Amino acid sequence: MTAIAEPPPNTEQPAKGPASPDSSGRVAIFKHSRASRWMHWINFPLLTIMIWSGLRIYWSDVRDPFGVGVGAWHWFDLLPDYVNEKLGLERRLARGLAFHFAFGWLFTINGVAYGLHLWRSKEWKHIAPERTSLKDSAQVMLYDATFGKFGRLPPQGRYNAAQRVSYSLIIFLGALVVLTGLAIYKPTQLSFLTASFGGYENARAIHFFTTMGFLLFFVVHIMQVLRAGWGNFASMVTGYELESKKEWQARIAMSRAEDAMEAELAEQANASTEEVSNNG
Amino acid sequence: MADKTTPTDAERQAYYDAQTANDPIISAEAYKTRSRRSALVGGVAALAGFGGWRWIQGQPEVDNIPQVLRNTHKFNEALWGNLHRDNHLAPTFAAPDSTPIRVNGRRGMEEEEIDLDAWRLRVIGPDGNQIGEHVMTDIEALPKVEWTVEHKCVEGWSHVITWGGTAFSNFAALYADQIGGSTDFVNFNTPDMGYPVSLDWASMMHPQTVLAYELNNERLNFDHGAPVRLATPLKYGIKQIKRIGTIEFSNTRGDDFWETRGYDWYSHL
Repeated sequence: MTAIAEPPPNTEQPAKGPASPDSSGRVAIFKHSRASRWMHWINFPLLTIMIWSGLRIYWSDVRDPFGVGVGAWHWFDLLPDYVNEKLGLERRLARGLAFHFAFGWLFTINGVAYGLHLWRSKEWKHIAPERTSLKDSAQVMLYDATFGKFGRLPPQGRYNAAQRVSYSLIIFLGALVVLTGLAIYKPTQLSFLTASFGGYENARAIHFFTTMGFLLFFVVHIMQVLRAGWGNFASMVTGYELESKKEWQARIAMSRAEDAMEAELAEQANASTEEVSNNG
Repeated sequence: MADKTTPTDAERQAYYDAQTANDPIISAEAYKTRSRRSALVGGVAALAGFGGWRWIQGQPEVDNIPQVLRNTHKFNEALWGNLHRDNHLAPTFAAPDSTPIRVNGRRGMEEEEIDLDAWRLRVIGPDGNQIGEHVMTDIEALPKVEWTVEHKCVEGWSHVITWGGTAFSNFAALYADQIGGSTDFVNFNTPDMGYPVSLDWASMMHPQTVLAYELNNERLNFDHGAPVRLATPLKYGIKQIKRIGTIEFSNTRGDDFWETRGYDWYSHL
């Protein structure tokens, strides 16, 4: 945090009209670029289809290759039989492969386009984790998980530290799932790629657990969207979120004041103990 | 005393404020207009996406999958076929897996055992006429190769196996004159004509594509396709026909058992 970063240029055209607050003092603040909004919503059904068809491939094998067990002793399957049956995933391998190898391209194209967008628009600067992001995201998580009862929100830009970390991770997983996918799709033609993941079976395991990572992200993501409310959700469609800028700034200022007070108290406590030891 | 290495919250907020300084702010009124427009565009896009999905599901089926997906199989075949390199070898391994090999398919081998002495390999030329017939010793007389490679099933499992036999190119060389050097396809079938498989010429000429009569240094048993089967790390197991009865050199793509059941004909690895 030594230098103030060059603000990334913004390609978004502001809507016409003066930015005057409405009767309750609200204005709409820019949140998401048009490109990321589109690619986010295109990605959602594509990834759903990839996971759905992927499970059809996964379950075609009689045994669960990622279950836990040794030899004849089989402790548990990662996805039990009845889950697969309920979802209608069992025994449709040919269809699963056909959908997977068709929609895989669309998923890849969308992902590559998003990567290019992040790079060209310099939007990555808003998403890439910073030195303080890991520490800050712990505070954000505590604050969010307790609905603001504990912890505080550290200073943030367009996205908070927890968002920076998780969004970067999910972009990384996206690249990983495509690369491991190619590695197990063409393990002979792309043998160098397969080898770089430690061979066919390893690449397959990474591919599978990456998918589990997507599902985990999805659960937390949905919970956060529900918690954050409609205005935040709508901003993924409109690009803007209604917010009282004053209120938000006040909230930040208050938590800073609290910090300062705590620091002062701590210093006083330190000073008094020092006095005691000096006297003694 | 403030720690010099740790910036204050105020300093940090200034940094983030600079990062978002160019972010536009619009009036609540403009936001309302924007919301309506976005909801409309988003709604139309969602409907279009759903319509696309229904369109795929409503496609006429070609060999058990929607036509557009059959076309994407063909697109992938063209793409990866162009990237095929004759001399690029599949990874090889020091030794085969010690675990028992799965026996997955008995198609075309309804009869569990056949009389190996009575078995003959029929060879058919591009004009549809028989151009040769072989006994097992004919194939054993061809130069022998061994490859320890990973055998992969469309179901996802794999197994490292040592195949012993002769490169198919050695066998095809016997018929070079009669077939005019090469044909577009090589079509196979079992003796009972129950498991037709067809493969592209480039894959058949690959050095690791073998007519195999040994598995892990033992004579091929009936479960794995005695007396002779196809083995290649270029294709999924569904293309590696067991108990070969006929080999047809042809410029017409022959029937393919799993293609008609919804799988990709090329099934290339």
